[in-house]
Amino acid sequence: MAELKVTAIREGTVIDHIPAGKGLKVIEILRLNRPNGGVLLLASNVHSGKLGRKDIVKIEGRFLSEEEVNKIALIAPTATVNIVRDYRVAEKFKVEIPDKITGILRCANPNCVSNHEYTVSKFYVVSREPLKVRCHYCERTMEEEEILGNL
Amino acid sequence: MDWKGRDVISVRDFSKEDIEFVLKVAERLETELNEKGSLDYAKGKILATLFFEPSTRTRLSFESAMHRLGGSVIGFSSASSTSVKKGESLADTIKTVEQYSDVIVIRHSMEGAARLAAEVADIPVINAGDGSNQHPTQTLLDLYTIKRAFGRIDGLTIGLLGDLKYGRTVHSLAEALAFYDVELYLISPELLRMPKHIVEELRERGVRVHETTDLEGTIPELDVLYVTRIQRERFPDEQEYLKVKGSYQVNCAVLKRAKESLRIMHPLPRVDEIHPEVDRTEHALYFRQVFSGVPVRMALLGLTLGVL
Repeated sequence: MAELKVTAIREGTVIDHIPAGKGLKVIEILRLNRPNGGVLLLASNVHSGKLGRKDIVKIEGRFLSEEEVNKIALIAPTATVNIVRDYRVAEKFKVEIPDKITGILRCANPNCVSNHEYTVSKFYVVSREPLKVRCHYCERTMEEEEILGNL
Repeated sequence: MDWKGRDVISVRDFSKEDIEFVLKVAERLETELNEKGSLDYAKGKILATLFFEPSTRTRLSFESAMHRLGGSVIGFSSASSTSVKKGESLADTIKTVEQYSDVIVIRHSMEGAARLAAEVADIPVINAGDGSNQHPTQTLLDLYTIKRAFGRIDGLTIGLLGDLKYGRTVHSLAEALAFYDVELYLISPELLRMPKHIVEELRERGVRVHETTDLEGTIPELDVLYVTRIQRERFPDEQEYLKVKGSYQVNCAVLKRAKESLRIMHPLPRVDEIHPEVDRTEHALYFRQVFSGVPVRMALLGLTLGVL
């Protein structure tokens, strides 16, 4: 296997096993494309034994909140998160789609009260594969494409 | 079963036992009402009816139910006469109204409005229709009507006809019927088919569901035909409405193919989907259905107030 053409980071987070092509979306929803002083590395279309091809995102000097990990789960359910300290993986876990998604997703129904009044959005996961969620307020079901468009 | 303080927002929040319990209480109240004329279970209690969207029968039926329980009613029947026009949020309106009342009934054009109201209020909130989402009290009175007419719900073949896309009454009813052993025919123009996620859910819950555009071919199979109006006001595009306007009309000619025992229901108001000549036949159940609103809503008000 060819050596990865990205450097290791001293401290931060490596998001691995992102389905190929979704790395940029991960960067976008975590708002990593804004300058924050640390190095951001994206490796796209990398060979993977598990996925065939995968993307990897490395973020220097930044650790993810639970909410951010949940966001990743929605668009890249195969992803693993590695916490790196002093060039070593200190912690490693797979992302998991939670049963309830709070505050990170907008309802795609323009007539849903959550798009008009002050509320914290809330969705229940109806199915993980394919991903389907139901809005707590308007009860409408959203599928993957709508979910991605409303993160 | 403790209903005191409970909100009535969506059929999804109910179990079959909940539904059966409400229907039983409604039946008891109907008998008491027939014997005594009016009751006083809710004496001293106040119902606030917040109708942000126009309605005749749902609002009047709730008001009648509260009066027949011995309680009183305050409220409004259009958002234009309220502080919403000044920009007040729904949450603030609810927090204000709950200071004046013991139970709130809300109808709103936005889906999820009743759920939000229930989260904000400390007193029980009853959903009288939120956009094209849910209309749970209509569903309970529909089930009550079927049960009174047939003595059962299990084993029936039921057709839902008309606007199955935007019609909240048929969404709620279909979900509630999934608790029973029924066969469902969903009859609509292609443009107004039942939302895919509801059909999938019905099938997952074991309901035998058939989707069709053919009313005449289906009618001989049915025990109940539930007709809905094609709702011009819910169409985002007038041209789409014109394509499906007047798609179906239930008249005596169509009914020649039906079982004698077929009963026709309609949440009303109707436009032209049931010919008035049907009113005089044994098939017509829709005015009896209107009456069912009173005992069912009396049951819900009394139970949520904790006075029954």
